[in-house]
Amino acid sequence: MTSASAISITGLNKAFGDTTVLKDISLEIAPGERVVVIGPSGTGKSTLLRCLNFLDRPDAGVIRLGDLTVDAKTVSHADILALRRRTSFVFQNYALFANKTARENIMQALITVKGKSKADAYTRAAAILDETGLTKRADAYPAALSGGQQQRVGIGRAMALDADLMLFDEPTSALDPEWVGEVLDLMRRVAEKRQTMLIVTHEMQFAREIADRILFMSDGQIVEQGPPEQLLENPQDKRTKAFLRRVA
Amino acid sequence: MRALDLEYMWDLLPVLIGYIPLTLFMALIGMACALVLASFMAVERIFRVPVLDLFVRLFISFFRGTPLLVQLFLFYYGLPQVLSFLTSINGVTATIMGLTLHFSAYMAESIRAAILGVDRSQWEASQAVGMTQFQMMSQIILPQAARVAAPTLVNYFIDMIKGTSLAFTLGVTELMGATQKEAAGSFLYFEAFLVVAAIYWIIVEALAFVQRHLETYLNKAHAR
Repeated sequence: MTSASAISITGLNKAFGDTTVLKDISLEIAPGERVVVIGPSGTGKSTLLRCLNFLDRPDAGVIRLGDLTVDAKTVSHADILALRRRTSFVFQNYALFANKTARENIMQALITVKGKSKADAYTRAAAILDETGLTKRADAYPAALSGGQQQRVGIGRAMALDADLMLFDEPTSALDPEWVGEVLDLMRRVAEKRQTMLIVTHEMQFAREIADRILFMSDGQIVEQGPPEQLLENPQDKRTKAFLRRVA
Repeated sequence: MRALDLEYMWDLLPVLIGYIPLTLFMALIGMACALVLASFMAVERIFRVPVLDLFVRLFISFFRGTPLLVQLFLFYYGLPQVLSFLTSINGVTATIMGLTLHFSAYMAESIRAAILGVDRSQWEASQAVGMTQFQMMSQIILPQAARVAAPTLVNYFIDMIKGTSLAFTLGVTELMGATQKEAAGSFLYFEAFLVVAAIYWIIVEALAFVQRHLETYLNKAHAR
């Protein structure tokens, strides 16, 4: 473990128009830590993730990723690109490149962003396709894949980037129930490698299994956090208690 | 009423076919240049580059708002009077220029609409993996927009092929000009223009055949 990939977020604020979505969020994530974010819908969980790679632009806040420091007030185009190149993102709706096959989806950023040769990218993609159980579907386009397969490609595409931080935005929420298991299995395998992960999910059992720490968010704030047993078994805040009662 | 002079038409056919390459040459070069220019303007209209945006909007407005024939006359007969370096411009070049500018204005709007039709997730995924805007546009967004824009763009190409006949008004002996000359010599106007109409029609039908294959190719990512 090097300190180079530690993540620290301070004073993150985001509003859409008059609605404040993130209120002064601060958060440290250790290298290799797997953090799960839970909470009612509309409390800014997805926005938090999307602000970390500037898919949504935070109004204020500082994000430190190893030696990279990005201040929302003074951020440059190059900062945003650098941040995106050190994080990876798994979307709720998969968001695979529709004009690329499963294999090409994984190879795409390796070639264009990481500057790898086609041959190297192909080798890496083959390994990831194997790991995600998609070798047989490698040359299929997203439209021909099931939801579960598409999301596994989505995770594979993110894995290929070897990011300091992998962001998962409700990766199973859009899936038919029959595909949820295979996607969670793959995420477990990623977690076993001690990849640093920040995951927004409603899968409580999964969160309990793989999280080093669970954050409970409500109304744009981190209300409470702790190891899974502590937060899930013995919540302190009444909002956490109410939420856990509802989802249990 | 007199009978059609079929023998004349049969003899005229190979003469006029000889002019097809020039017609296709003007249309193909015009289309290629128009595609590049239109894509550039469509992307500009989406990102709205200051100052440049004003210029592009003015360009599109002018070339959509005035007849192609007026534009061709402006280039060929008008401009050389004010810009002396254009005095050596020939009819073929002027036609290609005119077709390019005229059709690029229409095509820019079609391509822009197609780009805006590409799902937001495609932009976000490109950004999330760290692509530059150029990489995103050239490798993800434009290829997907091409599929949506293709039928409309082929229509413009068909229009452009037929538009090359206006080169005749700039003194170019192309398909239309040659027909006019032949007809003037034989006085068999009906026969001559019937033959040239058939030739244009066949060219366009051949293109429609190509279009079907192009669309199958562009749709391959979307077949289930």
